[in-house]
Amino acid sequence: MGMTIAEKILAAHAGVETAKPGQYLWCKVDATSGHRLADLEALGVDKVWDPEKVFHVDDHQAPPPTIAAANKVKEMRRLIKKYEIKNYFEYGRGGILHQVFAEHGMYAPGDLVAQCDSHSTSGGVFNACVTNANLDAVHVLAFGELWFRVPESVRVVLNGTLPAWCVGKDVILKVASELGTDYGLYKSVEYVGPVASQMSLAQRWTVSNMGVEVGAKFAIFEGDEKTDAFLSGRVNRPYEHVTADPDASYEAEYEFNLSDLTPMVARPGDPGNGVPVEGVRAERVKVDQAFLGSCTNARLEDLEVAARILDGKQVHPDVRMLVSPSSQEVFGEALKAGYLETLLKAGALVEHSTCGPCYGGHLGVLGDGETCISSSNRNFQGRMGSPLANVWLASPATVAASAIAGEIVDPREYI
Amino acid sequence: MMETVRTGRVWKFGDHISTDFMMPGHRVLANPDLTVEEAAKFCMEANRPGWAEDEVQPGDILVAGINFGCGSSRNGSQSLKALNIAVVLAESVSRIHLRNAVNSGLPTLVAPGINDFVEEGQRLEVNIVTGEVKNLDTGATLQAEAWEEGTPPYEILMAGGLDAFMKTKLKERGRISA
Repeated sequence: MGMTIAEKILAAHAGVETAKPGQYLWCKVDATSGHRLADLEALGVDKVWDPEKVFHVDDHQAPPPTIAAANKVKEMRRLIKKYEIKNYFEYGRGGILHQVFAEHGMYAPGDLVAQCDSHSTSGGVFNACVTNANLDAVHVLAFGELWFRVPESVRVVLNGTLPAWCVGKDVILKVASELGTDYGLYKSVEYVGPVASQMSLAQRWTVSNMGVEVGAKFAIFEGDEKTDAFLSGRVNRPYEHVTADPDASYEAEYEFNLSDLTPMVARPGDPGNGVPVEGVRAERVKVDQAFLGSCTNARLEDLEVAARILDGKQVHPDVRMLVSPSSQEVFGEALKAGYLETLLKAGALVEHSTCGPCYGGHLGVLGDGETCISSSNRNFQGRMGSPLANVWLASPATVAASAIAGEIVDPREYI
Repeated sequence: MMETVRTGRVWKFGDHISTDFMMPGHRVLANPDLTVEEAAKFCMEANRPGWAEDEVQPGDILVAGINFGCGSSRNGSQSLKALNIAVVLAESVSRIHLRNAVNSGLPTLVAPGINDFVEEGQRLEVNIVTGEVKNLDTGATLQAEAWEEGTPPYEILMAGGLDAFMKTKLKERGRISA
């Protein structure tokens, strides 16, 4: 019996010939993040297993808004020095970890990475098994190993041709709205098909990023020339694309024809509440805040599309639009390309790269009864601040168009 | 060693209870100097105000629907444990949350059918090793999914959590002194 991508990668990292769903394996892990260094120190361990393979950046309260947060980061800097962590990115040279770590070559096809933060499924865009380890990231720091239950694999086949003004965000909101936010629960999801190939790397990245929103352990794409183009100059070790065997076994296979897809929004409460935005138009949902940011949708082409829509226009007087690029590298590229100037002229507030607004931390928390249209990943009650606020999820184009209109609109009206 | 058989009164929660509910970002992540106990006071604040502060009692059992612990990787089990929840039973549990629960030493069992099996306020007896669940009010029984003996999550849970498991392993490998 053949193997899926996840089964191949897990088997290779456990040093066994085959891996089957349900099996428990201790695997060698290629890299992790530094979040649990304090736990390592508390256990009395004086060395990490490999300081070259530990990456760290402070992104959630960056830079610190409170003394308590400042002390926490100060403590982390001490640990970074003590454990001689090589890949540490200070404010101004960092950004949101999923973007920053990728820019610095942490992920390559065939890798197995377990790191902190739930959106670690993002790394699956690089044809790798990348997932969250939280408390047990300390086990990786100490031993370079972690246990895995080999997940069942499911295949999502994205057929057709993606229409203009539909992007990866619309695809994942559509898929989650039909399959529910638990179709990937404890599973490895492989995204394949013509639309998977058609999508840019950044669009696929959004789909992998929201893998965790459908419960997935891994959210993997196949590797191709777009994967290699991004990794070129960033990853210097040899790697090979991993493909599933033709006779690999999947627990389920879901097919979508996306040729008729239209821009989507997810109603407040759950990322699976996706509906076509044209169906919401008549409700005239007033927007207080438009957020273009997060590890989900704040890459260069996301900023580019927003700039194109906002070029020569103004953000609605009753709306504040917050823009936070996914990394400082992206910030610099967007600056050079003129996108940030366009956004500034339109009246948007351009922030540095941070997780702040997305998780309701700082730099744009919502008040009672406010409504936000957001390019981020979660619209749970209370996610972006007040439990009485409403968060709608959408693509960068829909966020930008709604910022102009002051209500949730179809971006195709604003092109 | 873990206490194997646990009895308690049931609180029922619905489907897709996210870790944002258990550990609200604007309360907990934004305030890193909160103690574990202080953070736990905000548990379920958005969906069930007052529950953590006034209603839940040590030894109670939490029963939930599908996809319990979805969303963020923040350790919701830490707050549930601080509230002295004895056991969590859910129709299904998110992967990240399940690992956090094992690592925190909070028995969290996938128990298909649990939603219809018990009403809020009834008492359950749960064997966390075998997965046997008994409704002490109705006498009915249900089989939850037990961790297979010898698997890593079983070993970690039985050790009382990741910390104790790691200490033993580090000593065995000579990384810390015995």
